[in-house]
Amino acid sequence: MELLRFFTAGNVDDGKSTLIGRLLYDSKSISTDIIETLTRQSKSTGVDTEIDLALLTDGLRAEREQGITIDVAYKYFTTEKRKFIIADTPGHAQYTRNMFTGASNADLAIILIDARNGITDQTKRHSIISSILGIPHILICVNKMDLVEYKESVFEEIKSDYLKFSQRLGLKKISFIPVSALAGDNVVKSSENLSWFKGESLFKFLENVPVVEENDQKEARFQVQYVIRPQTDELHDYRGYAGNVLSGSLRKGDRVQILPLDVSTTIEKIEKFQIEVDEAKEGDPIVIHLSEDFDVSRGSTIVKLNELPNSDNLIEATICWMDNKAYQSGQKLLFQQNSFRSKAVIKELEAKIDIHSFDEVPSDGTMNLNDFCKVNIKTAESVSYDSYSRNRKTGAFILINENTNNTVAAGVIH
Amino acid sequence: MKDYLDQLEAEAIYILREVAGQFDRPALLFSGGKDSICLVHLALKAFRPGKFPFPLVHVDTGHNFEEALTFRDNLAEKLGERLIVRKVEDTIKAKNLQDGKGKFPSRNGLQTYTLLDVIEEFEFDACIGGARRDEEKARAKERIFSVRDEFGQWDPKKQRPELWNIYNGKIDKGENVRVFPISNWTELDVWNYIKREQIELPSIYFTHERECILTEHGQLMNVNEFVQLDADDVIVKRNVRYRTVGDMTCTAAVESEAYTVDDIIKEIKETKISERGATRMDDRVSEAAMEDRKKGGYF
Repeated sequence: MELLRFFTAGNVDDGKSTLIGRLLYDSKSISTDIIETLTRQSKSTGVDTEIDLALLTDGLRAEREQGITIDVAYKYFTTEKRKFIIADTPGHAQYTRNMFTGASNADLAIILIDARNGITDQTKRHSIISSILGIPHILICVNKMDLVEYKESVFEEIKSDYLKFSQRLGLKKISFIPVSALAGDNVVKSSENLSWFKGESLFKFLENVPVVEENDQKEARFQVQYVIRPQTDELHDYRGYAGNVLSGSLRKGDRVQILPLDVSTTIEKIEKFQIEVDEAKEGDPIVIHLSEDFDVSRGSTIVKLNELPNSDNLIEATICWMDNKAYQSGQKLLFQQNSFRSKAVIKELEAKIDIHSFDEVPSDGTMNLNDFCKVNIKTAESVSYDSYSRNRKTGAFILINENTNNTVAAGVIH
Repeated sequence: MKDYLDQLEAEAIYILREVAGQFDRPALLFSGGKDSICLVHLALKAFRPGKFPFPLVHVDTGHNFEEALTFRDNLAEKLGERLIVRKVEDTIKAKNLQDGKGKFPSRNGLQTYTLLDVIEEFEFDACIGGARRDEEKARAKERIFSVRDEFGQWDPKKQRPELWNIYNGKIDKGENVRVFPISNWTELDVWNYIKREQIELPSIYFTHERECILTEHGQLMNVNEFVQLDADDVIVKRNVRYRTVGDMTCTAAVESEAYTVDDIIKEIKETKISERGATRMDDRVSEAAMEDRKKGGYF
C-alpha cells in the first residue's frame, strides 16, 4: 500500500474543513462516538447543517471559538489502495507560516476556490507558496458548485483564469475538479448534478494520482545523524554511521567523498537493521561503515565521488520569516539542514517577494512575520547542498535564533 | 514504490536518531502498552548493535495491569536496557496530594506530578512518547518535537514551525522536549506493523474472560481492588480484550473474540468506535480535556 501526503489550503469560508470532514465522513473514517460529539457541538455553534464537519479538524479551543483554523492539524484516512496523511492548513494571511509548515513535505496541494468568488488573493498566495515549496502536483478544487447552479461555464472560467495566472509560477502539474463539499457532490462519488464533468471524483483522484517516485537516478546523498559505537569487547572496533539515505542509492564498494571534511574513501559495508546489504535506496534507514577512519560526525555528508554537491559558505536562498519579532540586522542565527548545523548570519536582504503577485521588490532592509525574501546567508562552516528545485532533501533549511532557540525562518536554496 | 509501513518506520527511526544526536539526556517513556512497545522495537532497529542512548522510564500509577508490568520488566531484562520506575503512590505521599476519589478513582492528573519529578530528578531534556495524532484532536495539532517550558507545559500558540524533516530540539536548561516518533501512525498502522514485525504484546490485548462492571454508558470496567463496588452494580462475565492499556480504573475493556493479531486487525477495520472513545473515561470530561491536560504538563 502506498502513502500520499497532501495539504489543503483555503478558508473555512471556502469550505476547506467541510471538505476534509466530508472525505473522512464519506470514506467512513470517522467513528460514531466522534460523530456524536460533533452533533452535540454543532448544535452549540448553531450551524445549520446536520453536523458541522469543520469541527472535526479545528482541534483547539481557540479555533472552535473563533471558527477559524489557526494551526496545522493532521488527519489520516486509509482506503484499500492508499494511506493518506492530510495536513489541514490555515488560510488566513496572518497564519501563513503555519501553512508553509504543513505544506513543506506534501506530495500534493489541494487549493480550494469558492465558485462564487473565483480566484482571490488567498488563492494566489497559496499557489505562490506551493510554487516556492516545489509541490509536485496542484489540485484546484472549485467548491460550492451548488451555489452557482452547477454551471459548467463557471468552472471553465475559473480554470482558464487560474491557468493564465499560474503561468509564471512554474507549477509542475495542475488539475481541476468541481465539487460541493457541503452537499457531497463529486467528493467521494461522481454526481448527477455535475454530469458534464468527465474527470474523476476527488476521492478517486486521490487514490489514483501518481505519487512521486523516488528517483534512483538522482544523485546519492546521505547525512550522518548519529555514530553507533558499542565499545564492547566483542564490538571493539565497530564504528557505524547511522542515517537515512536522503536521495539516490549507495552501494558497498562505492568511492565516496566526506563533506565538509573533504576527504575520500570507500564504503566498506552497509547494514540495514544489522543485516548486511549490497545497496541502500532513498529513504532507507541504514548504517554505513567506511574503509578508513576519519573524523566523521553528526552532520557530515557522504556522497559519491562523481556526484559532488555544491559546497560553500555563501548561500543564496528564498526564506519565509516565521518569528513574531521582525528580523534584526546582524542577528546571530543557526543554519540547520537535516542534521547539519552551523552558525550563520544573513549578509544581505536582496528582495521581498510580493506573495500575491510573485513580483520582486527591492528590499527596504526589513523582514517581518510571514514575509518572503531573497537573501544571502553566510555560514561559519561550509554547507553541502543542492538547489531545492533539484533536490528537496538537501536544498531545504531552517534558521534558528541562537538566543531564543526558536525556529525563525525556513528557506529553499537557489 | 516503498510500502507505507516502511515509510512510517523510516520516519520514526529518523526521529529517534535525531533525538540521540541532539540531546544529552533523553528518555523513552515506556508504559507496557502497544505503542511504547513499538517504540522499543523501533529503537532496536535504530541503535543496535549499540545500546539505547536512553533509559526506559515508566511512571507507575499503581493502577496498572499486572500483565503490563510483568511484560515491562521482562522486556527490559531481555534487552539488557536500563529501566527506571517511579511510582505515583510515592509522589502522593511525598507531596501530600489528594488521591483520586469516587467510584473509579483516577490518577491521570496525578501522574503528571510524578512525570515532572522524574524529569527533574534525572535532568531529562527529551522524553520520547508513543502518542499518535489520530488519537485525539488536540494531539492532531501537536508537533513531533514538542517543546515544553520548565513546568512541562504545552502552549499551542507558541509551537515552533516544523518543516520537512528538520527538527529543532534546541532548548534552554530546565526545559524539555516531548518527542512523538509515531505521530503519523494510526491505530491500524500500529497493528499492521505489530503483525509484520511479529512483535510480542501483553496478553490483555487478546480476548480473555473477565469479570466486569457494566457501566451506565455501556462500558465494561474491570473489577479490581481500586474500584468501589456498589450494591446496584451490574457485574458481568464477558470475553473481552483491551484496545489501550491504561489505568485499570479509567480504561474500559471491549467485548472481543480476537485471539490473534489478525483477528484484532479485522476487528478494528469493522469497529465504528474510536480507540479512545471506546476505552477512555478521562476524555469524556469536556471537549478540551486533552488540550487542558497537555497545557498542564501531561504527556
